[in-house]
Amino acid sequence: MAGSTILPTLGIIDQLPLLTIAVPLVAGPLCVLFGNKHIAWVLAFVASLISFLFSAHMLLQVLDGDVLSYHLGGWAPPLGIEYRVDAANAFVLFLISGISTVILPYARKSVEHEIKKVSHTLFYCCYLLCFTGLLGVVVTGDAFNVFVFLEISSLSTYVLIAMGAERDRRALTSAYDYLILGTIGATFFVIGIGFLYIATGTLNMADLAVRLAGMEGNRTVQAGFAFIVVGMGLKAAIYPLHLWLPSAYTYASSVVTVFLAATATKAAIYVLLRFMFSVFQPEFVFETHILTFIIMPLAILAMFAASLIAAFQTDLKRLLAYSSVAQVGYMILGIGLATKISLSATIIHLFNHGITKAVLFMVVGAFVMQKGSSFAKNLNGLGKQMPWTCAAFVIGGLSLIGVPGTAGFISKWLLIDAALEEDLWWLALLIVMSSLLAVVYVWKIVEVLYMKQPEEGSVIGEVSISMLIPMWILTIACIYFGLNTELTLTSANVAADGLLGGGAQ
Amino acid sequence: MMETNTAILVSMALPVLACISNLLHGDRRPNLRDGITLLAAIATFGCVLSILINNGGAPTEIFTLFSIMPGLDIAFHIEPLGLLFALIASGLWVVVHLYAIGYMRGNNEGNHARFFAAFCFSISATLGIAFSANMFSLFIFYEILTIATYPLVAHKGTEEAKRGARIYVGTLLGTSIGLQMVGIIWTYVIAGTLDFTQGGILHDKEVGAGLATILLALYAFGIGKAALMPFHKWLPAAMVAPTPVSALLHAVAVVKAGVFTILKVGIYIFGIDFLAETGASQWLMWLAAFSILAASIIAMTKDNLKARLAYSTVSQLSYITLGMALATSMGVIGGGLHIAMHAFGKITLFMCAGAIYVATHKTEIKQMTGLGRVMPITYGAFLIGALSIIGLPPLGGSWSKWQLMIAAADTEQLLMIAVLMISSLLNVAYLLPIVAKGFFLTDENNNTGSGIKEAPFWCVTPLVFTALGCLVLFFYAGDIMEFLAPIGGG
Repeated sequence: MAGSTILPTLGIIDQLPLLTIAVPLVAGPLCVLFGNKHIAWVLAFVASLISFLFSAHMLLQVLDGDVLSYHLGGWAPPLGIEYRVDAANAFVLFLISGISTVILPYARKSVEHEIKKVSHTLFYCCYLLCFTGLLGVVVTGDAFNVFVFLEISSLSTYVLIAMGAERDRRALTSAYDYLILGTIGATFFVIGIGFLYIATGTLNMADLAVRLAGMEGNRTVQAGFAFIVVGMGLKAAIYPLHLWLPSAYTYASSVVTVFLAATATKAAIYVLLRFMFSVFQPEFVFETHILTFIIMPLAILAMFAASLIAAFQTDLKRLLAYSSVAQVGYMILGIGLATKISLSATIIHLFNHGITKAVLFMVVGAFVMQKGSSFAKNLNGLGKQMPWTCAAFVIGGLSLIGVPGTAGFISKWLLIDAALEEDLWWLALLIVMSSLLAVVYVWKIVEVLYMKQPEEGSVIGEVSISMLIPMWILTIACIYFGLNTELTLTSANVAADGLLGGGAQ
Repeated sequence: MMETNTAILVSMALPVLACISNLLHGDRRPNLRDGITLLAAIATFGCVLSILINNGGAPTEIFTLFSIMPGLDIAFHIEPLGLLFALIASGLWVVVHLYAIGYMRGNNEGNHARFFAAFCFSISATLGIAFSANMFSLFIFYEILTIATYPLVAHKGTEEAKRGARIYVGTLLGTSIGLQMVGIIWTYVIAGTLDFTQGGILHDKEVGAGLATILLALYAFGIGKAALMPFHKWLPAAMVAPTPVSALLHAVAVVKAGVFTILKVGIYIFGIDFLAETGASQWLMWLAAFSILAASIIAMTKDNLKARLAYSTVSQLSYITLGMALATSMGVIGGGLHIAMHAFGKITLFMCAGAIYVATHKTEIKQMTGLGRVMPITYGAFLIGALSIIGLPPLGGSWSKWQLMIAAADTEQLLMIAVLMISSLLNVAYLLPIVAKGFFLTDENNNTGSGIKEAPFWCVTPLVFTALGCLVLFFYAGDIMEFLAPIGGG
């Protein structure tokens, strides 16, 4: 349970919640000032690494249930902005900064290949801003601040996706689609925040939680809740609010897809968790029956519909994008069950799916690099020619299915456990049946890679080692976190405890 | 002598090392490569044997290798059924390895290194299944076995092989993840443990007959490797694999891993007394009986020799499921005994089918007229194997059938006795004509005159050896039953 709240003094360690955000935020404009793509890359990597180390340090600090509270500018909450780190967001910060640090070495070659030369510096600048935004959304304890960071990350994401136009002009329309839908989502979110502010007069999440207690019947509060859930649902690509996602993932450049798939929807899911369980009391959410009658059916629909659509895709990127929509379904299902185990399952799946999807999209990036295409028909027999890349795909695919010994299995296990604890055995069966759909679309690609004969005279080699190493770090992570769950399970359990116990008091 | 736990780990590690050695050698120095694998196979068998000598079948303390989550351990122990299964799998590996060398070379198959590597890895997974101390570990090795055998089934790389392999992986992964895993997690939620415990872990947990029936169904259908109808299609589909694979993996390791798991679940998860009390396994008994007869009848219609043997396996596996479903100690001991007896009989038959293929490239039974006269050793071994499957003395198969019939009589399921008897007759009807055609029928296909002779030495010796095994087992059945007695709770 939540232990003591650690207040800041003057040591550098106490500034970590702020520095984690500030370092990449400062590094972004510096990229443009230096105007050199090599320096820009170094800046991005160093900033990302520093954020990662800080996040890891904070995660270790909060694993016993402590909460780090940082008052921006020394202004005490609820008037001042508070950065508040507990196990739930420290874990997500760890995921986002970790993924970013691992994919940047991979990004170097891939960006050179896919994005036109003049834009490289700008690319890293936007990347850093997007990174900052996502971290900020997660770290802050102030509702309006969430919106600010959300816009920082969204605006830079639109640019990043549009940069994919070099490879395929359709990146522009998909960025435009996302711009429209993302803006609607953000607007809904800020309207929701406004309603809550009207009703309570505060924006600090902890303070909101206190003041909202007992206001369950208030129409303004209810409307605010609905706006927030739908707004964030758009960002998290909850079925059927996912329409922007497949095209955005398909036409963005490979690195952007890896980064967004592994982190962006995860941050949005975190915000949903935070609002549904610590700002609003779980009882409120229950009484409105939104979990049972809206969230759960949508989650199940996502698991099946999106997986089915994925099974019929011919473009590997689009296939994985639809698979992401399905996987978001599992996370939402965990929210819908609203027990301690199910929230653990959601949080751990957030992490496990993050690393799994990162591996898979990195593999696709390698295919695009060597073969110039991500369509299944062009990948025949690559297993022999790119053995390491294809092996990474197999392991990532197994983790996506949830085969024992991989990270994906752990999240499935917890989710099924949660369903059975509630005596929902039909739900447990539905969960495994939808995993079987994942078998179909993963195996389809494995067969293309290993069983088909390569085209006549095609000489394709393995990608460079600087791309393989990041890919394999995450591949090994997929196995490691399937066998050793100490870090992930402890984090998820403490986080779930914190959320259900009203971690933001 | 090695300590038992060390021996368990070494016996699982040796095949993995052999697998790595195969991959490293590639197809460059085949003799060295296959020699190293042979040594590994012998050493593995030695390890398992040393456990038997050291320890007898006495159950050992659970030994946890590592823990994934609280309650989910990769852990091993020794108990009689598992040890018997490990002995059979590792012992027959030595024999089949020799046979596989002869077959793969005699038949000019490609990709030897990949083939033997996957083969070794499958053996390691099989031993993992045999030694698992809880349902979770068993499940993990069960899945590894499925994936490790996929390259073997798809070995030829033809469209047919790919289709067969797809059905194989699809059915086995599908049933295990879709049903078995739910059963396992549910069991864990109810019982709070997954450790194999004599007498079961569910009986004191307020599990009613209805819930027990659902759980048993999740297991019975979820363990697709047991090939219970209607999830049996993968077994004939997997017969596109080279014959040594069919011989060891699909007559011994894979399918026996399935029925072995069924027995383990019956004995150590539910407990046979609990099953008998709740009657949760009644329906399974009928389904197994149906499987026995239906598969035998389908076998009669198949003219492809391997397909006929495959359906015969489907039928024989259900004997073991039936033994568990009877929910009596004699039934499970009979089931355990049948694992051993059927393994020797069926592996002989498959190796004979492979030897015929190597010597003549014939796969259809109607083309095999008169072959017995030019391949007398192969056909003699086939006859012995067939008689053992049918269950005639003095061959091993007679005892397990006898034991199962006693179990059926004991539980007053007289209809089951009839099922077993009819099944024996059906066995006669689909197995013996093959031998008869080989020895006595006029030679319409000109098999005798075209210079066909016995398959190469390394193809023939192993099958003679296992045929003799069928004979020897007849005299040692009592010892095996005594060895297995603890699993019946006696």
